[in-house]
Amino acid sequence: MDTANNTKYTAAHFKNEQAARWCPGCGDHAILSTLHKAMAEVGVAPHNTAVISGIGCSSRLPYYMNTYGMHTIHGRAAAIATGLKTARPDLMVWEVSGDGDGLAIGGNHFIHALRRNVDINILLFNNKIYGLTKGQYSPTSDRGFVSKSSPYGTTEDPFIPAELVFGCRGKFFARGFDVSLDTTKEIMIAAAKHKGTSVVEVLQNCVIFNQGIYSWLTDKEARVDHVIHLVHGEKMLFGKDKNKGLVQDGFSLKAVTIGEDGYTIDDVLVHDAHKEDDTLQRELALMDGHNLPLAIGVIRDVSGLTYEEDVEHQVNEVKTKKGFTSLRDMIIKSRETWEVK
Amino acid sequence: MSAQPNVKTLDKVVIRFSGDSGDGMQLVGNIFSDVSAGEGNMISTFPDYPAEIRAPQGSLSGVSGFQVSVGKDVHTPGDEADVLVSMNPAALKTNLQYLKPGGIIICDADSFTEANLKKALYKTNDPIEELGIDPDRIMLVPMTTLLKHTLADSGLDAKSIMKCKNMLALGLICWLFDKPVDKVLAKLKAKFAKKPAIYEANERVVNAGWDYGHNTHAGMPTYRIESDAAQPGIYTDINGNTATAWGLIMASEKSHRPLFLGSYPITPATDILHELAKRKDLGVKACQMEDEIAGVCSAIGASYGGHLAVTTTSGPGLALKSEGIGLAVMAELPLVIVDVQRGGPSTGLPTKTEQTDLMQALYGRNGESPLCVVAATSPTDCFDMAFQAARIAIEHMTPVILLTDAFIANGSSAWRVPDEKDYPEIKPHYITGDILEAGWKPFHRNEETKVRYWAIPGTEGAMHRVGGLEKDYHTSVISTDGPNHELMVKTRREKVAKIAADIPLLEVEGTLDADTILVGWGGTYGHLLSACAELNSDGIPVALAQFRYINPLPANALETLKKFKRIIVAELNTGMFADYLQMHLPGKEILRINKIEGQPFMVNEITSGVKKLLSED
Repeated sequence: MDTANNTKYTAAHFKNEQAARWCPGCGDHAILSTLHKAMAEVGVAPHNTAVISGIGCSSRLPYYMNTYGMHTIHGRAAAIATGLKTARPDLMVWEVSGDGDGLAIGGNHFIHALRRNVDINILLFNNKIYGLTKGQYSPTSDRGFVSKSSPYGTTEDPFIPAELVFGCRGKFFARGFDVSLDTTKEIMIAAAKHKGTSVVEVLQNCVIFNQGIYSWLTDKEARVDHVIHLVHGEKMLFGKDKNKGLVQDGFSLKAVTIGEDGYTIDDVLVHDAHKEDDTLQRELALMDGHNLPLAIGVIRDVSGLTYEEDVEHQVNEVKTKKGFTSLRDMIIKSRETWEVK
Repeated sequence: MSAQPNVKTLDKVVIRFSGDSGDGMQLVGNIFSDVSAGEGNMISTFPDYPAEIRAPQGSLSGVSGFQVSVGKDVHTPGDEADVLVSMNPAALKTNLQYLKPGGIIICDADSFTEANLKKALYKTNDPIEELGIDPDRIMLVPMTTLLKHTLADSGLDAKSIMKCKNMLALGLICWLFDKPVDKVLAKLKAKFAKKPAIYEANERVVNAGWDYGHNTHAGMPTYRIESDAAQPGIYTDINGNTATAWGLIMASEKSHRPLFLGSYPITPATDILHELAKRKDLGVKACQMEDEIAGVCSAIGASYGGHLAVTTTSGPGLALKSEGIGLAVMAELPLVIVDVQRGGPSTGLPTKTEQTDLMQALYGRNGESPLCVVAATSPTDCFDMAFQAARIAIEHMTPVILLTDAFIANGSSAWRVPDEKDYPEIKPHYITGDILEAGWKPFHRNEETKVRYWAIPGTEGAMHRVGGLEKDYHTSVISTDGPNHELMVKTRREKVAKIAADIPLLEVEGTLDADTILVGWGGTYGHLLSACAELNSDGIPVALAQFRYINPLPANALETLKKFKRIIVAELNTGMFADYLQMHLPGKEILRINKIEGQPFMVNEITSGVKKLLSED
């Protein structure tokens, strides 16, 4: 990735002439323009960038990018992105997927991409619904959720994407909203800079089939009390006047108001996204906005060996060690042969 | 071990080693084959093993076999064995059917214990009589006793000693067929380089086997097998899976595109993954993925990234990959899919051979989804056809399915190590600066060949998106327009059809002006070739055509076949290729010889099948 070159990119470099065909009011429009801006700030050239998607509303995104890209088949984006990045570590590879594409039909590829820690940036659009097939429940829909395929409510529990990521020993997890674009841009940039699999969950509204699913969290009024923006190295504060904070309470977290019940600013925890031990990060990621505020921002960001680096390293190591110059050379030097004259 | 008296010369001999799947029969068979090939014999091998890694010891289901034909004009591992080596009563019982009338049996006499006879479901205590074996044709060797004597002072424990029993049989066979023991020992020394004590024990046992034959059967003639005059060069012994892996590496060298493999373990294809994983030393990136789907999908990603991308599998895995292959058809990306066919449907007969994936390869995808299908005819032909599959994929921007099968994948032959200059340069259909400047779109194509241009990520100014949705012929943007879809469907079909101009013509062998042509495809070639030669020498004129290119067919194929009065298609399925040809040759009667037993043809099944069809005329 030629981040070293001096070209300054703008969002326009990453945008193409295709008109986005999502429903008016869909969160995808905002996420797309945020991604254009984030890519410009990251500074990798459009011709060294590839965006791979699966199937679903979100997966149309590559068509609206002026980069290399593939709109593939349902659930398989992570596997295709893994192949591309492994073959071409020099490219910056993004994957765009949704809750259905990434966590239902593509669940296996999602978890194994994380396990391998291949350096791809996964944008996981989570609207808790299948939109493109017109309104069925998804693996992130809450138990009891009524949809066309669950007219009496679902009888199954949802995945919490963060929990899956931590379960796969994921090294980067961040969360944002389609209506909180500054944070979303910030976490996209952080994901791009992170070496290894990064998962950015974007909570997103579906105006047609799941209107208002996150309103109680994301409406401006509600947001201050239900959402906390975590920043590495900063105190975990939220609320209108940043007068609320998270403190340790035994093995759990607790939301307190500073100045009440004897809590001072010194009691409020400082966010450490780079800590290897994920215990606290996991607790933060599982806060759901009810008793504790839902966390947005970069929750975990730790470094580790990436898959494609290790493959490349191993190839170079054995190539050097064996020193074969060609297939024929390998056969003659390493196999039993005989000569017929 | 001086030159032996009483040595007779044979043109060809078939030996079948059989024992418990833990008895090391595959190893013995491989060493004997390698040594024979090194002596200049032609060889053809057929490992025939059960799906269970270790079935109950001594049971009928746990018997593993290895058949090898050695000598001149060898094209198959042989219908029936001249010599059957059986390490226990179960192996004797299940393998006797493969012995030629009048063939010799070599048996471990010590294995005929009550317990073993019971496990092998014998009714009496005399297996030789029970099976109706002529006592003069069986050599009962007290192998276990000899083994224990030989290694009494070796310091090895009883279990390690028993593991050397196969070497006794090997020594004996080397004596019988006048094979140099020192070459056998050299191979063992390499195999056990890190275990000198085990090597030393094996060495003693091989010699003990040879000495036993020499001393106790001194009056019996031994045999020297004739050699073929081979083309000068450096030779090695190669099986079909290794040949496939190496053919792909050669294609990578000749196309200057790095090789990427995305695969998932599946019998009998896994050895290609093993070999390519070792070949990281030649720069190959071989990735074991989480499932078959990820295997093909990672390869598609690598292909988009400009690599020679391959996925390897067997029938059930091909089924799982079909949606991914459809994406490669639609995105018009080069991709090689190797299907080592095995018995099906479902899990079927995982270790046995069949040619039953032909229709799946041709049609097993949703929508109009044409691609190129080729098949390898022998272990060594796997190298050439893997090379050709890759060449076609890269030069014609299409997925190519290479069909091999368990028989040729595991079977081996001597093979001349090719020189790089023996194979043509592969010319990827890259985009050029001129085309880019002329307003290139990703699905613009060479109007002659219909091949689109390969623009590899990293190329400035060629950023583009591909995907599974239909695209407009001219603008390459998503289109649901009906007439455009029809044009694109026909264009993709035409692109594959035009590959016919870039593959060899169909060759006919045997009696060219015969009324009857015997037709096969893929891995049955050796058997069909032998059958054709036998029929012709029996005064029944027959021609032979073996297909390696199936879609598209060679340009002259239909005209060639039409000239014959009778077409007989012999294949290891219920008639898939015959049906396929029938579609292209309406009104022409196509006769069939079929076998679906998980085993390769026997030559006599084909010759008698042809005779029967001709007599019904």
